[in-house]
Amino acid sequence: MPSPVIEARDLRKLYKETAAVDSLSFEVAPGESFGLLGPNGAGKSTTMRMVGAVSTRTSGELSILGMDPNENGPDIRAQLGVVPQTDNLDAELRVRENLLVYGRYFGLSRAVVAQRADELLDFAQLSDRAKAKVDDLSGGMKRRLTIARSLINNPRILLLDEPTTGLDPQARHILWDRLFRLKEQGTTLVVTTHYMDEAEQLCDRLVVVDKGMIMAEGAPAALITEYSTREVVELRFGSERNADAAVTLAGVGDRVEVLPDRILIYADDGEAALSEAVRRGLHPITSLVRRSSLEDVFLRLTGRSLIE
Amino acid sequence: MTAVSEPRVQASGDASRPGDPKRWGAWYVAEHELRRVPTFIVPALATAIGSPLLYLLAFGVGLASLIKTGGTSGIGGVSYVEFVIPAFLCAGAVGTATEEFTFGVMMGFKWNEVYIGMNAAPISPRQIASGHILYTVIRMAVTSGIFLAIALAFGAIHLPAGLLVLPIALLGGLAFGVPIAAYSATIREDRGQFAVIGRSVVLPMTLFSGTVFPLTQLPIWLQWIGWISPLWHSTQLARDASYGQVEPGWLILVHVVVLAAEFAIGWAIFTRNTTKRLNR
Amino acid sequence: MTASTTPAPTRGALRRGGGVGALYSGNPQSVIARGFMATKSTNYIVVLTGFFEPIFYLLSLGLGLGSYIGSVDVGGHPIPYAAFIAPGLLAVSAMNGAIYDSTWNVFFKMHFGKLYQGMLATTLGPLDVALGEIVYALIRGGVYAITFMIVMQALGLNLAWTAMLALPAVLLIAFGFASLGMGITSYMKTFQHMDWINFALLPMFLLSATFYPLSVYPVPVQWVIQALPLWQAVDLVRGLTTGVLSWGLLIHVLYFAVMITLGLVFTTRRLRSLFLD
Repeated sequence: MPSPVIEARDLRKLYKETAAVDSLSFEVAPGESFGLLGPNGAGKSTTMRMVGAVSTRTSGELSILGMDPNENGPDIRAQLGVVPQTDNLDAELRVRENLLVYGRYFGLSRAVVAQRADELLDFAQLSDRAKAKVDDLSGGMKRRLTIARSLINNPRILLLDEPTTGLDPQARHILWDRLFRLKEQGTTLVVTTHYMDEAEQLCDRLVVVDKGMIMAEGAPAALITEYSTREVVELRFGSERNADAAVTLAGVGDRVEVLPDRILIYADDGEAALSEAVRRGLHPITSLVRRSSLEDVFLRLTGRSLIE
Repeated sequence: MTAVSEPRVQASGDASRPGDPKRWGAWYVAEHELRRVPTFIVPALATAIGSPLLYLLAFGVGLASLIKTGGTSGIGGVSYVEFVIPAFLCAGAVGTATEEFTFGVMMGFKWNEVYIGMNAAPISPRQIASGHILYTVIRMAVTSGIFLAIALAFGAIHLPAGLLVLPIALLGGLAFGVPIAAYSATIREDRGQFAVIGRSVVLPMTLFSGTVFPLTQLPIWLQWIGWISPLWHSTQLARDASYGQVEPGWLILVHVVVLAAEFAIGWAIFTRNTTKRLNR
Repeated sequence: MTASTTPAPTRGALRRGGGVGALYSGNPQSVIARGFMATKSTNYIVVLTGFFEPIFYLLSLGLGLGSYIGSVDVGGHPIPYAAFIAPGLLAVSAMNGAIYDSTWNVFFKMHFGKLYQGMLATTLGPLDVALGEIVYALIRGGVYAITFMIVMQALGLNLAWTAMLALPAVLLIAFGFASLGMGITSYMKTFQHMDWINFALLPMFLLSATFYPLSVYPVPVQWVIQALPLWQAVDLVRGLTTGVLSWGLLIHVLYFAVMITLGLVFTTRRLRSLFLD
């Protein structure tokens, strides 16, 4: 493995007395696509701010592109692209102007910025909207513009905080496609998300974070193999009857999980588990057999579901 | 089933019952807006109490000392503070009305979309317009009431007719503000229109309305600003009430009629524009 | 995306170290450039009416009220009332412009646009942002001041050649108010908090010898008024436009130099603690 572009050792951030991030350790290799997966409030955004060299760590070690943010904040930021959780585009400026102005913040020459802006508009599929007002763009377009803006300085690492939260399915797929191209071109991506499908789409490797700590680490498929079964059966009986049904289901599959609205049976053969449930005289209102996902990994690790 | 549905039919059929939105809708709108007051009550009260004291100090003591040196004492036979304080009281009501009928209206239609929510409930656009006016009258009454109490305490306005200054100021505020509200209701995008209105309409109408010096002091080709400005009419009425300024009876009637007409026309257009905007 | 292999040439950032909270990258001009680009999208009528505001005050008070007053004594010289209040209004509009730009505008950018968050994620430091925003506001304020001074000249209210120096003086005054205002705004959480700024400005506006000389107050009150920045500003500009000069004017300049320094230190620290924690 080539030397990592991000190295965190026992990274910790306290706000007053509470630890937003508690002894986090991870490494990101050049060209890798790395994910931080966790529910809201897990400490993902705080971690991103520390990696983005806009937040000072309380303790631990952090090296980004071989530099310490405590010594070289602006030098690190010069080589990062940041896509924050909520778009902070400049509504007083037009679409292309947003790129021009942002490039100037890095001290790039006007000529370089102008050329980059046109390339990036093309990349973000916004060339025909170059003169539009930011407020007239759809949510997906705004997000793509924010990503284009973050690339204006040819960053070596791109930090994406919840890149597709709040977008409709179609807009999400367009965005993933763009990010996938960046990954193919060798840009290192660091992504936080609380969407499993997003993590599975974008990340080579991820850490599951909860309450400021790492619960598990690995490639999405490996995590699923390690912490879950191949398949899952979802049964709904109506919220009042779930608990009774769970008693009857004891011993079916590898593990039974009771959630407020449904029961999950973890089993390598989902259909077989479902047949067994029916054989025991249960008649669920709905039933579904599906492949295990990172959601199940998270549930297994924390006992809670990811989106509450 | 019949046992349950019977009282319901009765309830909705009884239009005179308190709680009927057909009758009380405007008040519900005002009540909603009054509930927001606690979020800004501290600076609002501080301003309501502080500004009359400041005007008394700056104009009654400071500027008045210059006017005296001019030979005659004060203006129109009264001291400068007696001349100017009724004008500031009326201007204060105009200021409150302008704020509520520009930003307040925009808040309801666009920034918070409260009016859209109200209109989804059984409240008519007419009641929304009237309710906002009602709320603004209450707000003006409190700030102008405080001003009046302080002015009375310092002898800048005289009892008993001086008490009439309060309703006069409120009418002036409405005559000034409600036509602006009619315009605000049509604004779909904030492009600084309120700053433009403030600087090119409200400010000249405040400065050239016989507030800090008599309107007759202006060249005749500028006096028309005062004639159309509700602030001139309410200020003159307030002076008539406070110290018995000598004006012919017909002119007093003109003041009242102009103010009432400007308010009534504004109200009608405000209602129409609100209806158009909400029921499009 | 063909140029993605060439590393971006970054000026300023690479030649200097500094941690997360590094103050300055020598690039406030990029923030100023942003301001000019944003100006294009503003409503020109708004800008235009901005010129009228102080002129309306001058016509109403100077000419209308002035006829009741005649002249006012400044340093032993009788000065026509309009010539007395014109420099006061000039100083007030410098203050108002600076306060507007550094409070309402900054408040919006801080809380709604999250503009500074975006700026500070780049190589820019908080001092780049503060200086850039303030200098841009000063350029605008300077244009307003020049127009007002032309009106004063046309009405014969500039009484001495030193009136020309009122322009740099106005910029100095605006710089002082803007640098402090931006820091104070950073404490504001809601719109209603902004009312406190108006609450603080009204007494300054009414009492700082803008409309009548300081001598109407008893001496202890005079001391209090003299400590206020607006009085310092009014007295400085009035000295220059009326040509009634004294060494005291240099004290006003010093006052604003100190205000600018303290304001910048305060604002920069606040920006750093808000966005680079």
